[in-house]
Amino acid sequence: MAEAVLTVRSLTGVEMTLPVAGPGMRSYAFLIDWQIRLLGALAVLLIVVLLRLLPGLPKPFAAHLLLGGGIVSVLIYLLYQPVAEIVTRGRTPGLRSAGARIVTLEGTTPGIGPLLVRNIFRLIDALPLCYVVGLVTCMLTEQHVRLGDIVAGTVMVCAAEEAGGPLDRLALHAQHSALPPDTAELVHDLLGRFNTLAPAQRTALALTVLRKVDPDFGASATPPEESVLRARLEALLGRIERS
Amino acid sequence: MGVSNDPEAALWVRKHAPQWQQLAAETAAAAHHAHPSVEQALRTLGAYRTLARHLATVRSLMPGSLPAAALERTCAQLHTAVNRPRHFGRAEWLRMVREDVPAAAATVRVTTLWLAALLVASAGAGWWLVSRYPELVSLIASPQMIDGVEHGHLWTYQILNLGPPALLSARIFSNNVMVTLAAFCFGTLVGLGAFYMIAFNGLMLGGLLAFTHQHGLGLGLLKFTLAHGPVELSVMCLAAAAGTALGEALIRPGEFTRSEALRQRAAQLGPLLLACALLLLGSGLIEGFISPRPQISIPVRIGIGLGYWTLMMLWLTGRLFRRTRRPVIS
Repeated sequence: MAEAVLTVRSLTGVEMTLPVAGPGMRSYAFLIDWQIRLLGALAVLLIVVLLRLLPGLPKPFAAHLLLGGGIVSVLIYLLYQPVAEIVTRGRTPGLRSAGARIVTLEGTTPGIGPLLVRNIFRLIDALPLCYVVGLVTCMLTEQHVRLGDIVAGTVMVCAAEEAGGPLDRLALHAQHSALPPDTAELVHDLLGRFNTLAPAQRTALALTVLRKVDPDFGASATPPEESVLRARLEALLGRIERS
Repeated sequence: MGVSNDPEAALWVRKHAPQWQQLAAETAAAAHHAHPSVEQALRTLGAYRTLARHLATVRSLMPGSLPAAALERTCAQLHTAVNRPRHFGRAEWLRMVREDVPAAAATVRVTTLWLAALLVASAGAGWWLVSRYPELVSLIASPQMIDGVEHGHLWTYQILNLGPPALLSARIFSNNVMVTLAAFCFGTLVGLGAFYMIAFNGLMLGGLLAFTHQHGLGLGLLKFTLAHGPVELSVMCLAAAAGTALGEALIRPGEFTRSEALRQRAAQLGPLLLACALLLLGSGLIEGFISPRPQISIPVRIGIGLGYWTLMMLWLTGRLFRRTRRPVIS
């Protein structure tokens, strides 16, 4: 299945594609944000309960404190999502940690209107329970959008990299390394994912990449140790990274 | 992967690498500038243009290469950072309240009137049904409510015992807002959801009025709803009309695609929903603080209800904030 992308046109007419976040990434971001708002609401309630335990607190004040705390908790729980999306311009803590952001269909930062509309439609997306409607819509649509996104004209796209990061690395490689930029980027990616790969896989990949630079590398019968491979990769890249 | 094989392309990349470092730094800075100065904004726009130009060149020199991908990703990041709506400040809020809300209300005026007629008709039907078949009241009222009315007590004047007025207002407000938002959202079901909500609420209203009237408490219920009811019911019709307009955008998208028509209609009607929420806040306060107090007389209730409704109408028709044009003295 081809990766879903959002194609946008820059002001100068050049087309660009943004990778669209799938249902898994969306759910992950939602769960993080949900935990934040739940913990926020519970923290307020806990503070109120602890304050009520203070000795010498007038009774009417204690009653109003509980009432106020309850209202604040409910407001945090209900309004966290729209407020966080508006304040962070479509990059809530949950979306940030999932490596995603909300953009319009033109790839621009959404305004207050679309963000409010997509949140209002959570009423339908959350039906009948646990966002079933939203999840099913998300799985069935080409750009993995829920009903709220369709009405608001927004899309959730992947935005895991730091702004300017890939170009900065490319420029460094091009200036200071004899390695072609493609290979340098490959070494960089491999080192970044080294510990997440299975041992056999990372050894094979490291050998392939290193042989691309030096065809005689590891030509002996026994392949070099994993630590040697890693050190060699780091040495290749270490020459060009900023100190 | 053309770079390694094409010396001309490799030379081009090497030549522009120092500039790309600056562009990358500019992209990183642009993502964090909430309020850039004119110089900063111009510098960012310059970087955006340069990046797009380089992207086009790299695509033709070495299509599908990693430099092309890196430039594309950076250009897309800057595209999102550059194209952002202006800060929604005081002037924008004022414009929304003074102009956007009346303009949105005007687009759904006729539908609102039709839905108000549907509300009245279904209230009449509810009255007739419960008058003719009194046992049907069990479909719209809880056993406690029925028992209370049969013993001569209206539930409305006991709601103050449930909690302080502020909490009551908050509960009523949140409930009304949920109903209003639901009426709006369910309009996307080609308008049928909004019709259902209006008809159901009308049936309930008429049925309860008939039931309380049978036990000599009809005037009491009417008295309770006089202060907050006009605006509450009008806002419900307004939200349902907005929802119906969404449904209409799906049925008759005109020259746009259905999703485009839906988006445009939702964006146009957004301010109206905010107005509905504000009006319901006022209604909730009246229902929590004024309506349950039996000592407040009917004329005062009529005055409050009519006054608040007139205020709403003046706002929605654009007369409340109409600017008086001063004559120009030459």
